[in-house]
Amino acid sequence: MTESSIAFARTEMLPQQEPPLSERGIVKWLHENLFSGWMNSILTLLGLLSVFLIVKRALPWLLYGVWDANSLAECREAVAAMAGPDAHGACWAMIRERWHQFLFGFYPMDQYWRPVLAFALMIVALAPVLYYGLRRINMLMVGIVGVLMVLALIGVGTDAAHLLVAVGVFAAIFAVAAAAPTKLVWVTILFPAVGFFLLWGGSVWGPIGALAGFAIFGAVWSLLQKKLGVVVAAGVGLVVAAMWWLVVQTKVTTVLHEFLPAGLPSVDSDQFGGFLLAFVIGVTAIAASLPLGILLALGRRSDMLLVKTLSVGFIEFIRGVPLITMLFVASLLLQYFLPPQTNFDLILRVIILVTLFASAYIAEVIRGGLAALPRGQYEAADALGLDYWQAQRLIIMPQALKISIPGIVSSFIGLFKDTTLVALVGLADPLQGITKIVRADINWKGIYWEPLIFVGVIFFIVCFSMSRYSMYLERKLKRDHR
Amino acid sequence: MAYVAEAPKESFRLSMLIYDTRFRSITIQVIVLILALLFVGWLTDNTIKNLAAKDKDINFSFLWNRAGYDIDQQLIPYTNDSTHGRAAVVGLLNTLVVAFFGCILATIIGVFAGVLRLSNNWLVARIMTVYVEIFRNVPLLLWIILAFTVFSETRPEPKDYKITAPMVELVKQKMTEEGETLPPDFKVTPRMVSSYADELEAAGIEPPQTEIFFGTVAVTNRGSNIPMPLLSRPLGGFEVAGVPISFSVLAVFALLAASIFVSRKLSRRAAAIQEETGVRPVIWWKNLAIIVLPVSLLLWAMGLHWEIPGFATDEFGVSKGFNIVGGINVAHSFTALLIALSLYTGAYIAEAVRGGILAISRGQTEAAYALGLRPGKTMRLVILPQALRVIIPPLISQYLNLTKNTTLGMAISYLDLKGTLGGITLNQTGRELECMLLMMLIYLILSLIISSLMNVFNTAMKLKER
Repeated sequence: MTESSIAFARTEMLPQQEPPLSERGIVKWLHENLFSGWMNSILTLLGLLSVFLIVKRALPWLLYGVWDANSLAECREAVAAMAGPDAHGACWAMIRERWHQFLFGFYPMDQYWRPVLAFALMIVALAPVLYYGLRRINMLMVGIVGVLMVLALIGVGTDAAHLLVAVGVFAAIFAVAAAAPTKLVWVTILFPAVGFFLLWGGSVWGPIGALAGFAIFGAVWSLLQKKLGVVVAAGVGLVVAAMWWLVVQTKVTTVLHEFLPAGLPSVDSDQFGGFLLAFVIGVTAIAASLPLGILLALGRRSDMLLVKTLSVGFIEFIRGVPLITMLFVASLLLQYFLPPQTNFDLILRVIILVTLFASAYIAEVIRGGLAALPRGQYEAADALGLDYWQAQRLIIMPQALKISIPGIVSSFIGLFKDTTLVALVGLADPLQGITKIVRADINWKGIYWEPLIFVGVIFFIVCFSMSRYSMYLERKLKRDHR
Repeated sequence: MAYVAEAPKESFRLSMLIYDTRFRSITIQVIVLILALLFVGWLTDNTIKNLAAKDKDINFSFLWNRAGYDIDQQLIPYTNDSTHGRAAVVGLLNTLVVAFFGCILATIIGVFAGVLRLSNNWLVARIMTVYVEIFRNVPLLLWIILAFTVFSETRPEPKDYKITAPMVELVKQKMTEEGETLPPDFKVTPRMVSSYADELEAAGIEPPQTEIFFGTVAVTNRGSNIPMPLLSRPLGGFEVAGVPISFSVLAVFALLAASIFVSRKLSRRAAAIQEETGVRPVIWWKNLAIIVLPVSLLLWAMGLHWEIPGFATDEFGVSKGFNIVGGINVAHSFTALLIALSLYTGAYIAEAVRGGILAISRGQTEAAYALGLRPGKTMRLVILPQALRVIIPPLISQYLNLTKNTTLGMAISYLDLKGTLGGITLNQTGRELECMLLMMLIYLILSLIISSLMNVFNTAMKLKER
C-alpha cells in the first residue's frame, strides 16, 4: 500500500471539543438529578411545590418576627405597623422575656451561675471520656468551654465574685489539661458530687460524705479483690459503703458542718425546670444507665441460669411497658414499695425509674454488640488465661461497645427526648410545663407557635449533634477495611 | 525427692465454694437468689405496711363499680353509668385503634420516605432527609402537641359553617337575576352558597366555610365530621356482653375472606401456568373483579348509603342549631395523635427501610437491569423482597414503640388505656397500686402479642436455608 493511495490522513490531533450542551454543566446536572424521566420530573415538581408552599407560609411569618414587645397584643400591633393588617409575624419577644424560664425554670435568678458552671463542668467532664489523654484537643475543649461559660455567666448577670470563682476553677482545670491530660479523669469522677452540690446547694459536707462512701467502696474492693475475686469483693465493698452511707455518714457530716459550716444556699427540686431539668434528668440517667445496661447485658448472656432469668425478666418487663407508666410508678407507686415515711423528691424518683428504663434498652443494644463478636475472641481471651472480668474489660467490652456505639447513642437521644414526658407527672419540663406557664400569663395568652419552635430547635440542635458525633466516632473507631 | 504417687484425695473445703469454678457459679447463684428473695420480700413487706398505714387493701372489685365519667370516643357502647372495667376496655380499644391505624400509616410513610431518600432525584432525596432528621431529633410530644394545636387553633368554629337567612336571600336573588325561576319552597344547598362566595363578600356578608372533599368532611376546631356508612336493609345482629355484633358486618368480612381465598387460588394457578409454559396469564383484572364485585353487590343489596355531616336546615336551607350533626365525629385528639405518631414513627421506619435497601448488594440491582427490568420494577420485585428480611426486625420494634407511645395521647386528653384505667379511674377510686399494675400488665401482654405475631411473620419471610 503506497502513501498516495490514502486520500487524506490527519497528522495532528484535533483540539478537544466541548461536550454537547446537554452533557455538561448545569443542564446535565438538572437532567440527571431532577428530570431523568417523567416520574422523576413529577416528583421534582411536587417537591418544588411543597417547598414553595411551606416557604410562602413560613417566610413572611419569620421575616416579620418581633423581638421587642411586652405582650402578644403589642407584637401584633408591631407586625401590623410593619407589614399591614393582614400580615402574620412571629412574636419572639416572648422568648426574650421568658428565656430564663425556658432554660432554668424557677431557679433563683441570682444563683444562675451555678447551673451554668455545672453545665460547663459537665462538658469538661465529658472531655476525657470522648478524647482520653489527647493534650491538644482537651486543652482546646477546656479553653473554648471556659470562654463560652464566661460569656454565658455575664449573660445571666453573675456578680464579679462568682465569676472569678468560675474562672479560677477553669484556669485550674486548664492547667491540669496542659500538664497531665490523663489526670482530667478526676474531673469526671468528681463531677457527680460537684454537680449535685452546685445545683442543689446545701452543706458542702453532704456530697463529700457521699464521695467518701465511694472512696471506702474503692478501697475495700481493691484490698479484697486479689483475695476474694471481683464479684465478692465488690459485694463486701458495697456492704461497707452502704453502712457508711446509711449509718455513719449523717453523723459525721453533721459534726463537720457544725465545725466548719460551708455551703451554698440550697435550692428545692420543685424550683428546677426547663432545659435545666431536661439536662439533669437526661445526663444523670444516661450516665447511670450505661454501666447498669452493661451489667444487664452480661447477665443476659451469663451461663448461670438464675442470673440469666432475672436479667431477661427485668429487661423484657421494662421494654414491654411504656415510659409514662414508669414515670407514674415513680410518682404514685414508689412510695408504696419503700419503707414507710421515706419521702424523697420527685426528680430523684423520676431519675431512678428513667435510669432503669434506659438501662434495659442499653442492655439490648450491648447484647447485640456482644453477639456480633466472633466466638474466637472469647476463646482467645480464655486461652490467654484471663479470668471473666479481665476478659470482659480488656478484650470483649472494648470491641462490643465499639460495635454498639450507634445503638447506644440513639438510645441516649431517645432518652433525652423522653425527658419531655416528665411534664405528665407534674414537673416543669421546657415543652409542656414551661409553655403552659407562659401561656397562662395574660400578656402571652394565645401564643402557641413560638414556644414550640424555640424548644424544638434546641432539642434538634442537641440531638442532631449527638447523632453526628456518633457517626464521627463510628468512622474513627472503624478498624476493619470494608 | 518425693514423688506424689497419685493425685491428692479430693476433700471438700469451704473455700472451694469461692475458688473452684465447679462450685463458684452455684455459690453466686445461691447468693443472688437469696438477695433477690430478700429484695422482693422487703418490697412486699413495705407495701403491706404502707397499705396498712393508709388503711387500704388490694382489691379489684372497683372495676365493677359505676365509672361516672364520659369518654368521647367509644368503639363499644359506653355511658357514664357503665363500670370502670368497661371504661378500661373502651380505653384499651382506643389504644388499639390508634396503634393499628398508626402502624399502617407509618409503614406507608416510612417505605415511601425510605425509598425516596435513596432516589436519584436530588431534590426529593434532600426533602426526605430533612423530613427524617427533623422528626427523629425532636421529641414526639412536641409533634403531638403541634398537630393538636394546628387543628384546634387554626380551624374555623362550627358556627362559621352556618348558612344564615341573609345568605339564602342573596343567593336566591342572584339566581333569579340570572334568569332561573325558583319555586317558593326552593331549598338552597351549601354548595350553591359557596359558589356565590364573591357576591356574598361584595354584599358585606362573610361567606360560610365549606366542607372539604366535595362537601363531605367538615373539620372544625372541635373535631372532624366524616360521612358515616348506613345500611337501609341491615341483616340484624345480636349482643355479646353489651357489645352489638352485626350480621351485616360479619357477612361483609366473610365474603371478603372468601373472595381473597378464591383470588389467591387464581394467582397460584397463574403461577403454575407460568412455571409450565413460561407465559403468565394476565389475571389482575380477574382478581380485582373477584374481590370487589361480590362485596359491592352485597353492600348494594343491603342498601349502603352515607350520612353526610352538616347543619340541620329548615325548608329554605337556613342552618339550625349550634353544631354540625350527622356523620361520625372524630375527635382532634385522635387525629392529631394518629398523624403525629405516624409521621414520627414513619421517620424511623424510613431509616430502617433505607438501611435494608443499602444492605442489598449493588449487584442485585445491576443484575435486574441486565434482565431488562425498569428501576421501579427492580425495586418492587428484586430489591424490596430481599430488603424485607433486614427491615422486619427493626420494624417490629418500631411497631412496639408506636403502640407504647400512644400513651402520650394523655398530653392532649386522648382517653386511651392510660387515660381511663390509669388516669380518671385511678384518680376517682384512689387505687393506684391496682390500676397501675393492671395497666402495666395489659401493656406487657399487648407488647408480647405484637412481637410474637411479627416474629411469626419474620420466620415466614426468612431465607429458607438448610
